[in-house]
Amino acid sequence: MNRIGFVSMINGPVIHASGMKDFAMREMVHVGDMNLLGEIIRMDGDEATIQVYEETRGMKVGEKITGSGEALSVSLGPGLIGGFFDGIGRPLSSLLDKEGIYISPGAETPMIPPDKMWDVTPEAKAGDMISSGALLGTVQETGLLLHRIICPPDIEGEITWITPQGKVSSGGIVAKVKNALGREIDVPLTQRWPVRTPRPYRQRLRPSEPLVTGQRVIDGLFPIAKGGAAAIPGGFGTGKTVTQHQLAKWSEAKVVVYIGCGERGNEMTDVLEQFPVLEDPRSGRPLMERTILIANTSNMPVAAREASIYTGITIAEYFRDMGYDVALMADSTSRWAEALREISGRLEEIPAEEGFPAYLPSRLAEFYERAGRVVTQCGENGSVYIIGAVSPPGGDFTEPVTRHTKRFIRCFWGLDKNLANARHFPAISWLESYSEYASEVEAWFQGNVDPRWGELREKVRAILLEDEKIQQVIRLVGEDVLPDDQRLVNYAAFLVKNGYLQQAAFGSDSYSPPEKGFAILDMIMRFYDRGLELVRKGVPISLIKGSDAVEDITHLREFSADDKSSFERALKKLDNHLNRVGAERTREEGSVK
Amino acid sequence: MPQTEYVGISQVTGPFILLENMGRDAFYEELVDVRVPGSNKTRRGRIVSLSEKATLIQVFSGTDGLIPNETRVRLLGRTLQVQLAPSIIGRTFNGLGEPTDGCGPVFGGRRADCNGMPLNPMARQYPRDFIHTGISSIDTLTTLIRGQKLPIFSGNGLPHNQLAVQIATQARLMGSENFAVVFAGIGIKHDDAEFLTRELSEKGRTNNVVTYLNLADDPVIERIATPRMALTAAEYMAYELGFHVLVIITDMTSYCEAIRELGVAAGEVPSRKGYPAYLYSDLASLYERAGVVRGRGGSVTQLPILTMPNDDITHPIPDLTGFITEGQIVLSRELDGKGIYPPIDVLTSLSRLMKDGIGKGFTREDHPDLASQLFASYSHVQDVRSLAGVVGEDELSKTDKQSLAFGEMFENKFLKQGRYEDREIGHSLDMAWDIISTLPRGDLTRVSLDEIKAHIKN
Repeated sequence: MNRIGFVSMINGPVIHASGMKDFAMREMVHVGDMNLLGEIIRMDGDEATIQVYEETRGMKVGEKITGSGEALSVSLGPGLIGGFFDGIGRPLSSLLDKEGIYISPGAETPMIPPDKMWDVTPEAKAGDMISSGALLGTVQETGLLLHRIICPPDIEGEITWITPQGKVSSGGIVAKVKNALGREIDVPLTQRWPVRTPRPYRQRLRPSEPLVTGQRVIDGLFPIAKGGAAAIPGGFGTGKTVTQHQLAKWSEAKVVVYIGCGERGNEMTDVLEQFPVLEDPRSGRPLMERTILIANTSNMPVAAREASIYTGITIAEYFRDMGYDVALMADSTSRWAEALREISGRLEEIPAEEGFPAYLPSRLAEFYERAGRVVTQCGENGSVYIIGAVSPPGGDFTEPVTRHTKRFIRCFWGLDKNLANARHFPAISWLESYSEYASEVEAWFQGNVDPRWGELREKVRAILLEDEKIQQVIRLVGEDVLPDDQRLVNYAAFLVKNGYLQQAAFGSDSYSPPEKGFAILDMIMRFYDRGLELVRKGVPISLIKGSDAVEDITHLREFSADDKSSFERALKKLDNHLNRVGAERTREEGSVK
Repeated sequence: MPQTEYVGISQVTGPFILLENMGRDAFYEELVDVRVPGSNKTRRGRIVSLSEKATLIQVFSGTDGLIPNETRVRLLGRTLQVQLAPSIIGRTFNGLGEPTDGCGPVFGGRRADCNGMPLNPMARQYPRDFIHTGISSIDTLTTLIRGQKLPIFSGNGLPHNQLAVQIATQARLMGSENFAVVFAGIGIKHDDAEFLTRELSEKGRTNNVVTYLNLADDPVIERIATPRMALTAAEYMAYELGFHVLVIITDMTSYCEAIRELGVAAGEVPSRKGYPAYLYSDLASLYERAGVVRGRGGSVTQLPILTMPNDDITHPIPDLTGFITEGQIVLSRELDGKGIYPPIDVLTSLSRLMKDGIGKGFTREDHPDLASQLFASYSHVQDVRSLAGVVGEDELSKTDKQSLAFGEMFENKFLKQGRYEDREIGHSLDMAWDIISTLPRGDLTRVSLDEIKAHIKN
C-alpha cells in the first residue's frame, strides 16, 4: 500500500496533514522533503495532526508525508551501553561523523549499527520449547555487563535453529522459533520496542532492599529502595544536576540510564568526559561501561524532549528484564512537562493549571509507575528505580509539576536555597525531605552495616528537629542565653550538618560507603551522649566543646573509608578529652567541698 | 531569484499581516519584503504560520500605513540571515544586521542563517579554562570560565554596564590572546549604547569589537533578531576565525518583553506573567550558543545582562535564565547603597563551571576549599546581622562579634575594588586567607586541616 499524505499547515513543531486516512494513530512518519521524523497525535477524518521531532524551518505546504508502519520505537540489543543518544534514539556519535558539529534536521542513522559484530554464547539448544523471557544467549558487552539475550514477549514455540558460539552482527538473528501455527519466526539480536508501551514482567515485588548511593544524607536519612521512585525538586543553582550526577556515578546499579531532558549541553559533555575516566567503586572499571546517555538539550527540538523520557525508560526496562538493577535519572522532568505544555498549546487544547494540559498528572503517574522491583519474564529479580529532578519556577514547591510528582513518588529530596547559598552540598533539606522506604530498608542496613543503624537514624533526626526549634530562639535572643543542654543540641546539630550531611562532590569523599557515614555519626552521637552526661553534672558547654578533639569531628569526612586507624585515633582523642574534662570537674567539686 | 509579487493582504493586526492564496511557494519562516504603497521603501517580514489557505507574516518595522488592497509582498527565498566576513570586525550594525557606521556594506564572505542549529553535545568540549577578570569576587567566588554563559542579574540603576565593561576590558584568557568582543544592545538607551561602545573601544586591550545595536526607540520586533545576529557572528568568529569571543548582550529583559508582545499579538495562550510557554525554549536557543567545540580554535563566552523587574529574582525572566545559564552574577542594591563596587551579592551568585576550572593546575590548590569557607562564613554573617538587628550589637557573643567584623572586612576589603583595578588571583586568595584568619578556628569547617596549617599562622 502506497500511503502518502500532504502537509497542509505548519505552526512550529506541530503540523497538519491531509490525505492521512490510511495512517495509524501514534504512527511514526517521515515528513517533507527534509525527511523529518514525526508522530501522529490526532486524527480527524482525512486530516491528521503531527508533532515533528525536528526543526520545521524551511518546510512548504504540500510536501509529502510517508509512514513508517510502527509507533515511535527504539532498538534494544547489545551496543547500547556507553552510547549517547538524542531524544528519539539517534546516536549522537554517528550524527557527529555524518553531519558535523551541528545537528541538522532530517538526519537518519540507525540506533545500533547493524554491521557491528558480537560474540554470542548460546544458552539454549535446538528443540527447546521456549516462551517470552527465555534465555537464548549471552554477550559480554562491556567489562561490567553481561548482556542476556532474552526471547521477546510475543514469541513462543520450539527452537529450530540457534546460533553456534561465535560472531553475530547486530542486524543478524540468534535463533529461529517454530510457533504453534507452524510458522518459523526469526529472533533478532536487536529487537524493536514501542517506547510508550511498558515492557511486561511477571510480578511486582516489595521494595525492601536499599539502593546504596554513597551519599550520606540519602543512605543515612532518606534512603531509596531498589525499584523506588524519588524526586529532587529545587530552584536553579540548588544542585539538582550535581546530585543527579553523584547518584549516576556512585549508585549501586548495574546499568545507569541518564536522561538530560531540556538541560544544558555542557552538562552532558561533562558526563561524557568524566565517566570514561571515573572508576566504579565496586569493580574498578570505568563508569561508562554501565552508562547510557540520552540528551535532548534545551536548544534541541521540543517534541523530541517529550519523547526522550520514554526512550530512556524503555531502555531501562530492557536491562531490568535481564535481571539487573537499573537506575534511571531524568533531569529534568519539569522540562518534559513544559514540552507537553508547549505542544498542548499549539494544539489549542484547553489548559488546566498554569497552562499545563489536564492530562499532566496521568502522564506523570504512567512514567513513575514504570519504576519497580519485579520478577522478570525470565524469572529473575530486576528493578528500575527512577530519580526525577524537578525544576519548579521560582523554587516554589506548590507549582503543578512538583505537586503532582509528589503524589507518585515515595522519596522526596527537597533542595534548599539557603543551604545552597551557604554552599552546603548536597543541599537536601533535612526538614522538608522524606523517604517512605526508610522503615522498609532499615532491616537491611541493620543486618549489613550495624545493628544500631535505625536507632542512630532516629536520634539524629530528633536532634536536627530540636535544633530547628532552638535556632528560632537563637534568631530572636542569641545563643548565650540558652541553657547548656540546648546549646549542646545546637552544637551536635552543627557537627551533624558540617561533619556528616555535607559531602563534597569531588575527591575522596565523593563516594562514602554506609560504613563510613555510620562511623562519623556514631562519633557525633557519642560526643552528644557523653556531653549530655557532663552537662548534667554541671560542666560548662564551653569546656566540653572547646578542644581540637571535638572540632576535628567536622574533618572526619576528609579521611578515606578504609582509613580505620584515623577514625580510631580521633575517637580516642575525643574520649581522652571528655574524660579529662569530666575528671577536672569532679576534682574542682572535691576542692570546693 | 523569485520575483513574484503578491498584491493585497486581507488582514492587519498589530505587527502581523495575513495573506490568502500565497499557495505553495512560501516556506516556513521565510523572509519577505513588504512594499508600502506610495513609497519605494520596503519593510522586512517573516512567515510565522503557513497553511493552504492563509499565510501569517510578522512585519519587523511595524504595519503603520499599510493599505491592505495595495500592499505588495515578495518572497525572498531565504530565512533571516547575517553577513559573515572577516571584515565585520570593528563594524557597527543595526538590530537587523544592516551597517549603520557609514562605512558601506560588508563585502565578501557569506550569508548564514542566524537562527543557528543545535550543537551536537558530542562536539562540545567541557569548558575548563579560567578567565582572569581581575575582580576578586568573580575570580575567587564566581569564576568565569571560557565557553561559559554567565548572566549578570541586575536592577535599574545598578552599575551592570560598568561591570560588564570592566570584565570585557580586563579579561585575560590565560594562554591565548586571540580575543574579540561581540556586543549586542537590545532596546538599550542611547546613553548606555554610547557609554558601552566608547569604553569597549577605548579602554579595551583589543580592537576586535563587533556591535549590533537595537536602541530603545527602534522597532520592538527587531529585538528578536538582534541577539541572533550577534551570536551567529560570534560563532563564525570563534569556530571559523579562531577567536575567543566574549559576547555581551544587554538587556535580555527587553528581548523577553518583545517576545511577550509578539506572543500576545499573535493571540497565543500566555503562561506566567503573560510570557509565552515557549520562553524557556526560546531563551535556551540563545544561551546554549555558548561553548567550546572540540578541534576548533575559538570559544564563545556569553555575558548577558538582564535587569530584574522590581529586583525580583523569581520573576520569569531571571528565573528561566537561571535554569539555562551556567550560574549568575547577582548585583545587590544593598551593597550598592553601602558604596561597594562591584556590588556583587556573592551568596546568590554562582558559577556552575567553577568546580572544574579552579584548584590545582588552574588557579591554586587551596582555591576550592577557601571559596567554600568564604561562602559558609559570609552566609553566617547574614544570620548574625539579623540577630544583631533584634538584640543589638552589644548583646552579641564574642564569636558573633568576630563574625560581624569578618563581614565588614569581607565587604570593604575583599568585595570592594576600583573601577579600573585589576587584582591578581593569587593576591585575591591571600587577601581572603587574611580575612578568614580572624575567625575562630572551630568555624573553619570547610578548609582542610592541612590548608589551615599552611595558610594561617600560629
